[in-house]
Amino acid sequence: MHNVENSIREAAKKLLSEKKVDLIVGYERGTLPLRTTPCFVDKAEDVRKLVWNENCDANLSKYLLSRKENVGVVAKGCDARSIAVCIFEKQIDKEKVVIIGAPCLGLIDKKKVKAKLDGRELLEATIEDEQIRLKGEGFELVFPKKDFICNSCLTCRHRNPPIYDVFTGEKVSEAEVDEFGEIADLEAKPAKERWEHFKEELDKCIRCYACREVCPLCYCKTCFVDQTMPIWFGKTNDLSDTMIYHLVRAFHVAGRCVDCGACSRACPMNINLREVVKKTEKIMKERYDYTAGLSLEKIPPLGEFKIDDSQEFIK
Amino acid sequence: MKPAEKEWTPKILAFLCNWCSYAGADLAGISRMQYPPNIRVVRVPCSGRVNPYFIIKALQRGWDGVLVSGCHPGDCHYISGNLVARRRFAVLKDLLEYLGIESGRLNFSWVSAAEGEKFATVVKEVVEKVKALGPAERLVKR
Ligand code: SF4
Ligand code: SF4
Ligand code: SF4
Ligand code: FES
Repeated sequence: MHNVENSIREAAKKLLSEKKVDLIVGYERGTLPLRTTPCFVDKAEDVRKLVWNENCDANLSKYLLSRKENVGVVAKGCDARSIAVCIFEKQIDKEKVVIIGAPCLGLIDKKKVKAKLDGRELLEATIEDEQIRLKGEGFELVFPKKDFICNSCLTCRHRNPPIYDVFTGEKVSEAEVDEFGEIADLEAKPAKERWEHFKEELDKCIRCYACREVCPLCYCKTCFVDQTMPIWFGKTNDLSDTMIYHLVRAFHVAGRCVDCGACSRACPMNINLREVVKKTEKIMKERYDYTAGLSLEKIPPLGEFKIDDSQEFIK
Repeated sequence: MKPAEKEWTPKILAFLCNWCSYAGADLAGISRMQYPPNIRVVRVPCSGRVNPYFIIKALQRGWDGVLVSGCHPGDCHYISGNLVARRRFAVLKDLLEYLGIESGRLNFSWVSAAEGEKFATVVKEVVEKVKALGPAERLVKR
């Protein structure tokens, strides 16, 4: 981890001093335990601020949209993939971006940590030897790190950025996991039960749009839910409107979503949004054999067609 | 009969492509083929014109079923409108079903201008399916 951190700093320093970039976007320590915050470095001597650990959870690709200057960006596997999608969609200019790829360690899910704390305040946390130590007033707890890894990381198959300009550290081995195992149980249920499940989950939504704001692919200047001419769907938190918001957002990220999990992490109501968008990934894989963000050239499924596409649902 | 006693019959919104299915429906009509009167037709220039929002909005407004019908692959007047649409509909249908919308409410077909009989059959089948499901409830905004 420290060697990755050092090589990120070195790469950043080199890019800045050789004037290849004007700015580095990376992570620095946050003010709270287990937190990092996006960090913008424009002087070579400041690169020591940059950190790399299991809490580098923000997907920084969002900061690259419509940047004028040349930017170097620190990216994990999923971040790099969403950058690739944005480059393909001409939202990020490849010529202006240097991707500093780093092998992902798996992110710590703050919500899983919070659940173990029972309302107590966390004052200090350390991660060492695959263990995580949580300290606060009158308590000290040790857990295996794997208990706190984000669900999106548990099913990730691209911890090493598939697309990068500079690679820092050493590549890690990719897990052979069942990418769609998480939604298999749900899919096997009858429609009525699925409906009941999503109804219960999505009824919690307060339409704060945090999920959209963090999503690297929700970059539209005017989102369909904010559109007023015409108003397609209501802005209320009536169940029908909320369901449709999530349905349409999922539809919009179909073939683009890289399962970074940012939407789920951002939701203040603890809705597992990955459960909705994960299905789009599966549809793309099964129907069109496509995985988003692995190439800068391949046209995504909804951007093309074949004469013999599957059509078992058409009479 | 008071309205409550009236037997419920489904309302189905059909988007028909002007160049094929709409003409197919016309042929069914002038050939005096019988099919249930539960559909209301919106004529569209091409199945590719059918924005997924149209379908979702129809479900939200309480239509019991939706039918989208266009030209057979290869016959689209705009060459590939129906092929682009086919992928969109596939994803939309898969997603809606995943969320728990009954599969029979969303129907797609390819009906050419010469297939009056196929049109009548498609409508019959769609109406039967939707009848079996009963009135739409999920996704309907009250
Ligand atoms: S939900 Fe759709 S319209 Fe809204 S920002 Fe995301 S992609 Fe754009
Ligand atoms: S939909 Fe969620 S998981 Fe997919 S790219 Fe957007 S934020 Fe990431
Ligand atoms: S972040 Fe959660 S509460 Fe906010 S709009 Fe998204 S799902 Fe709803
Ligand atoms: S013109 Fe009929 S589907 Fe395109």
